[in-house]
Formats: sequence, structure tokens, C-alpha cells
Amino acid sequence: MPQTHSSSHGYEDETPEPAPAPAKVESTDALDSLLDEIDDSLQVNAEQFVRSFVQKGGQ
Amino acid sequence: MGFDVPPPLEVPAERRIFGLETEFGLHLDAPRARAVTPEEVAGHLFRSVVEWGRSSNVFLPNASRLYIDVGAHPEYATAECDSLTDLIASDKAGERIVHDLIADGERRLAEAGVDGTIHLYKNNTDSHGNSYGCHENYLVRRRADFRAFASALLPFLVTRQVVTGAGCITRTPQGAHFSFSPRADHMWEGLSSATTRSRPMINTRDEPHATAELYRRMHVIVGDSTMAEATTLLKVGATDLMLRLMEAHVRLPDLTLANEMQAIRAVAHDLSAQATVELADGRHLTAIQIQREYLAVVQANVGGVIEPTDEVARILDLWERGLRAVETQDYSLIDTELDWAIKLRLLTRYQERLQCSLDDPRLARLELAFHDVSPQRGLYYKLVEQGLVQTVVDPERITTAMTTPPQTTRARLRGAFVEAAVKAQQDFTVDWVHLKLTGAHQTVLLKDPFRNIDPRVEALVEAIES
Repeated sequence: MPQTHSSSHGYEDETPEPAPAPAKVESTDALDSLLDEIDDSLQVNAEQFVRSFVQKGGQ
Repeated sequence: MGFDVPPPLEVPAERRIFGLETEFGLHLDAPRARAVTPEEVAGHLFRSVVEWGRSSNVFLPNASRLYIDVGAHPEYATAECDSLTDLIASDKAGERIVHDLIADGERRLAEAGVDGTIHLYKNNTDSHGNSYGCHENYLVRRRADFRAFASALLPFLVTRQVVTGAGCITRTPQGAHFSFSPRADHMWEGLSSATTRSRPMINTRDEPHATAELYRRMHVIVGDSTMAEATTLLKVGATDLMLRLMEAHVRLPDLTLANEMQAIRAVAHDLSAQATVELADGRHLTAIQIQREYLAVVQANVGGVIEPTDEVARILDLWERGLRAVETQDYSLIDTELDWAIKLRLLTRYQERLQCSLDDPRLARLELAFHDVSPQRGLYYKLVEQGLVQTVVDPERITTAMTTPPQTTRARLRGAFVEAAVKAQQDFTVDWVHLKLTGAHQTVLLKDPFRNIDPRVEALVEAIES
């Protein structure tokens, strides 16, 4: 049975869904690539790293 | 030396001396090393300073002060600046100056058997709830009612964090949330002359570092350390504009708060900015409403008490946009200029990638990286490089400010003296108001912070050089 689409009834318009809007502006890409760049170094022993930062209070 | 002490300069009312003091967080990352105290790390970090100046408390040729403060914090105090651009350049130069101590400090630590990496953070809290500050100094004209004068600034200082706060993840037993200001939870009083014991918002200790008959120094210690130059511009710039109105006796709206400590915390922890604070007269207003009232008075006086300049226009534009961004929750209005919004954007994006909760240690790690003063590791600098954070001053100006004092204040005199004495290998003593060669009979007293030319200092420098 040559049933091509499940939407064989109901929708006349078979045009594909519009591609998602190009919401990511240039700066978004820059932020993502920056996070890509630092991701590995930030993940190494993050918890121990953070916890080892102790300072007595200043003013 | 044959020269009389010059009389204080007559300066126009809008001219002001500014200074910023920054306590840096010092962090040795050495997971495999023996236990090392912060004092030991600070000692190694400052060995090259001690070798240069025979003390861990020195004034540099750029006329700024570099020292180890209470709690083993490296601290950098900018020289006297009479413009915001000089101040920002000098403040940023300080980040580079302390960073330049790290390589030598790490080497000396390695010689002492400790292999690790030293991080310096321009932030206000460690991972265990200890706090340290960024102090703003504003020279004001002396008046009899200083306490009332300072008190009048408190509602402004309590609420300005919605635009000038550094932003932070706050962890509570009920979970984590993002707050406007890391410093807010560490304030315990409005005004006081003590600091480490009580932590007031304004320290009222009367230490003008200038002619006491004419001047006082408004020492604001409630602010956050700020990374973005535009945030520093707004933090100091808006406060300066408020002080200008107050000094000109412009009538400000009476927004005295019923309880400053409750108010600063309530504002800090409500990013929606819907929370109201109680005023002494019983009204309840949001931080935005209070800030908008102040902004309106400042705007109304541009062209009058406040001379309209490009810089004033920039400060007022950013101030207004910042308030609008908080009101509308449209942070894209300011997320390349204001610290808290820059950080929130960064943390939110990283959190989305990691699919983690806000109290995840990897986000705390990211937060520290934002404040790291290393030009290589520090995230703030990477964001600037990528054009994700705007700057205010030319980078070359920052480089110059590392070695050259501001030219239009007393800093020029101190810088010239320090530079000449160091070059001639002569021992000397300096502080904010004194210059003295070791063994010399005379001390040059520089009580006017606006005076940048002084025959006594010229003669002294000539004598050193000859």
C-alpha cells in the first residue's frame, strides 16, 4: 500500500516545516565557541578547585 | 629647600579626585602539594616587590600603592585620578600589575617544594563566604554636617547594585539563585568608622589625605569589584553625579530607608526587582523606583549644576538602559556592559550546555574564571577579545598607566619622585601626602591632591638626578 505520509488526511498543505529561524546572532556563536574553548579546563576537578579557594576576610 | 609651600589651588566645584582600592582574592591551586597558608603564598607572590622596594607595602612609579592587606590579600590602590578615564585605566593597570607578580611567585613556590598555579581574582568572596572589598574614594568639600551628608547617599548606594552589581550565584540550603551583588550580604551598618569589625557601607573615618580644612574623603566600601570598564564608569560616574548635586545643595527626594541592611539584602536577592523596600516615611518602593527618582533629578540638572559632556551622556544612557533592562527583563540591553548581566548570560549559556543546576561546582568554577586577572586564563579578557564585552578606554592607555601616573593630579609628583629615586638607587619613604629621601632633613608635604606642579618636588627630583 503506497501510503506516503501519515498526514494523508486533514492537512492539504504538505510543504515542509519552515527551517528554524536563524536566532543565533553572531555574538551567540562567539559565546559558544568561547565556552567550547574553555569547557575542558573548567571541568577538571571543578569541585576541588572551587573548594580550595579560601581567604580570610578582608575589609 | 628654598621654596614655599604653595597654597591650595582653587578648583572648580565639579573637579573631583577619585581612587579605587581593590583587594584581590588569592588562590593557590596545588592539589598535590603540602598544605600552604595564604600568608606563605602572599609572601612568595610579593618577594619581587620586597626586593624592589624593601617592603611589601610600596608606592609604584605610576603613583599607585601595592601591598598585602589584612587576610593576605594583595591590594592595589590607584593613584589620585581626576577623570573617570584615568581612573579606569589605572584600575585596569592594577589587574595587570598584580598579574605580573604571578610567574615569579609560582617559581619561588616551586623552589619551596610547592608546584601549583596562583590565581588572583578581582572579586569579593571566596568559596567559603569570606568577603573582601573594593573601596571607592571620592574627595568632597569639607562641611560641618558630614554624617547627614553621607547618610543622604545611602538609599542610592543600597539600590545602585541593580545596575552596578557584579552579580553572583548565591547558594542557600533551599538551593541556588543569581543575585545582583556578592557584597550585599556582608554589609552590617550604614555608617561607621570601623571596617573589618563592622563593615559599614560608608566608612566615616576622617582621613582626607589632603588639606583637612578644605576636604574630606568619602570612603564607600559597599560596592562590588567590577570587571567591565563600563560598569566601573557607571558605578563611580553615577555616584559622582549624585555627590555633585548634593554638594551644590540641590534638593534630592527624601528616600531614607527604614532599614538599610534589610533593604540591601532584599534588593540583592530579587532579580525580578519586584521586591519593595520600606522607607522611613512608611512608603514601599522598588529599587528601580528609587533609582529612577535619583536618575530624574540628575537628568534635570544636566546643563545646570552638571555640565553636559559626552561622558555624562554615556553614564546617564547606561544608567537608564540598565534600569529599563531590569524592569523589562530584557538583559540584552546591557549584557555587554554591566557585570552582573555579562555574567548571567555566560552562566546561563554554560548551564544550558551542562544541563545542571545552578549550584553545580562547574558554574562556580566559571564564575571564578570570569574574575581571574590572567589575560590568558581570565574569561573577562576573552569576552573582550571576542567583542562580547565593550570597553571604555584605549588598551594602550592601560599599558601606559602601568608605569605612568595620572598627569593632572598630585600623583604626577609622587610618580616622578619614586621613579627618580628608584633609578638613582636612593632609599625613600612615601605615602599619599609625604615624600622623603632616607637621611634627608626635609619631608615634602603634598597636601593638595589637585596640585600637579610643585617647584619643591621639581627641585628634589633634579637633586636626585644630579
